[in-house]
Amino acid sequence: MTTTPSDFTAHQLSEEEQHTVGLGAPPVLADPANTVLSARGLLKTFGKVIGIDGVDIDLFPGEVLSVIGDNGAGKSTLIKALTGALIPDAGHVYLDGQEVHFKGPQDSRQAGIETVYQTLAVAPALDIAANMYLGRERRRSGPLGTIFRMLDKKGMKEDAGKSMANLGIATVQNMSQAVETLSGGQRQAVAVARAATFATKFVVLDEPTAALGVKETGQVLNLIRQIKEKGMPVILISHNMPNVFEVSDRIHIARLGGCAGVITPKSHTPTEAVAIMTGATTLKKG
Amino acid sequence: MSVDTQAPATAAEQFALRRQSPVQRIQHLLHSHPALSPLLVLLVAVIVFTIINPRFIQPATISIILQQTAVIGALAIGQTLVILTAGIDLAVGATSILAMLLMANLAANNGVPGVLALLIGIAFGTACGFLNGLLVTRLRLPPFIVTLGTLSIFTAIGLLYSKGASVGRNKMPDVLNLMGTRFAIGPFNLTLGVIFVVVLAAVIAFVLSQTAWGRHVYAVGDDIEAARLAGIRVNRVLLSVYTVAGLIYGITAWVQIGRAGTASPNAIVDANLETITAVVIGGTSLFGGRGGIAGTILGALIVYAFNIGLSLAGVNDQLRVLTIGVLIIVAVSIDQWIRKVKA
Repeated sequence: MTTTPSDFTAHQLSEEEQHTVGLGAPPVLADPANTVLSARGLLKTFGKVIGIDGVDIDLFPGEVLSVIGDNGAGKSTLIKALTGALIPDAGHVYLDGQEVHFKGPQDSRQAGIETVYQTLAVAPALDIAANMYLGRERRRSGPLGTIFRMLDKKGMKEDAGKSMANLGIATVQNMSQAVETLSGGQRQAVAVARAATFATKFVVLDEPTAALGVKETGQVLNLIRQIKEKGMPVILISHNMPNVFEVSDRIHIARLGGCAGVITPKSHTPTEAVAIMTGATTLKKG
Repeated sequence: MSVDTQAPATAAEQFALRRQSPVQRIQHLLHSHPALSPLLVLLVAVIVFTIINPRFIQPATISIILQQTAVIGALAIGQTLVILTAGIDLAVGATSILAMLLMANLAANNGVPGVLALLIGIAFGTACGFLNGLLVTRLRLPPFIVTLGTLSIFTAIGLLYSKGASVGRNKMPDVLNLMGTRFAIGPFNLTLGVIFVVVLAAVIAFVLSQTAWGRHVYAVGDDIEAARLAGIRVNRVLLSVYTVAGLIYGITAWVQIGRAGTASPNAIVDANLETITAVVIGGTSLFGGRGGIAGTILGALIVYAFNIGLSLAGVNDQLRVLTIGVLIIVAVSIDQWIRKVKA
């Protein structure tokens, strides 16, 4: 699956508009039946603090959608509300056109949504294969698995190797290597590979490059492209404008708990995106 | 800071670029086989003690070491599970004593059939572990505090219930004394308890290394947040660990009755420190996620081998205690080193 231009016509700006910040089209909402994920009117408050204030968002098949925004703009709250880590106070979430009510991260995972967290959520002392299959270990076939509950270590190791190779991490030889012996970028590669392997709907990457150096960031961006090439949609939360503009198809700009607009790397420049993000300019509502 | 003049490496190339010095190799070896260092210590100790006093290697001496190790070794298996989750169990001895007093008194004074008394005792030990687990997971209290509290509670209940009195061998039914049954394997004089503990260790070691539950125990101790994000039901794992530990302590009460020939409230009161010693010398990290049963059994063997070996060498009692202390500090230093040095 690749990104079909028709999916984006609603958001496409005219020649003139593309060069004029402030005249961009407001996000036109798609029919949830045509999206991988849609949310309408998501609201989440924490006491008197408003996390997200009636946000709409669409994720189309095969696209990389970035969510950018200043600190406290509601990026993380939005993503958590989408993946069940937080339960929204109001609003609807549709997965493949069907309304879903995730009660926890486990629910969204079972529905085929995989999330990679900023905190490098891997168990350092466990090896690569164990981390890939953490929480969904495979048992051996036959009585060894059913009665003795033995893990299919060999099979998991082989498949972990294949998954890594599929994502262009081809020379990984030793799946029994402890994750703590890897660099930050390599660990993140393991986490991303795990998400890409087990996701059936889409992958969420929450600030995946925040803790990484320049070279390692490049590796993770490559992984994002690989996932997209396989037709798997990606939601990328990031602060880093160059990264966002490098890999995104569309960019959702979160601001003050709402959405300041949805732009594309073609319609706007990073500077304009930052201006919208910080409220220096606004996309005209219409 | 290294400057890389090559073209940017792919993630794949990065994976291949793992430089390892000999020191790092040793560190990695110890990391992947945590039982290796206690095994070396034990082997060296056996050789040295034998050179000093050849009686050390005689079957009679080895039999005594094995019999002495059985009880603390068994308790240390439960302690290992708890410590692997980055917890600690100070109530290990108190739990086992309570289970022991219950099974002994029920059978000796309340006319409960031996097998039933045994099962009630073991079940009570399991319940004690479950209580610890509940307090750790539901009230989110630190395991140290929880088990410090239950240590006092269980000890007091045990003394109140038994009125501080022991129950002798001849007052208990045969089934409770079963683990003390002696028999010879070749020149070695063993008890059923020793064999039982070996089997117990093998079962728990298998479960830890071969099942998903075992892997989750390591993951929870290694990085509890990563485990939670990976979809592991962290509280359920913790609760099950404390419960299984309680079960092991309950079963060990049976082994202890067999070994001591009596059910005494004053037995194994220092088991918490002794099991932690065995676990730590056995290479299991007090910070969780690293180690295993094999190391713990080796650690317990080391403690008793040192005790008897130093005694046979004519070393003063206090120096024996001192030596064990040094061993503990060395073992923890090695663990810290394994954690710090990275590729």
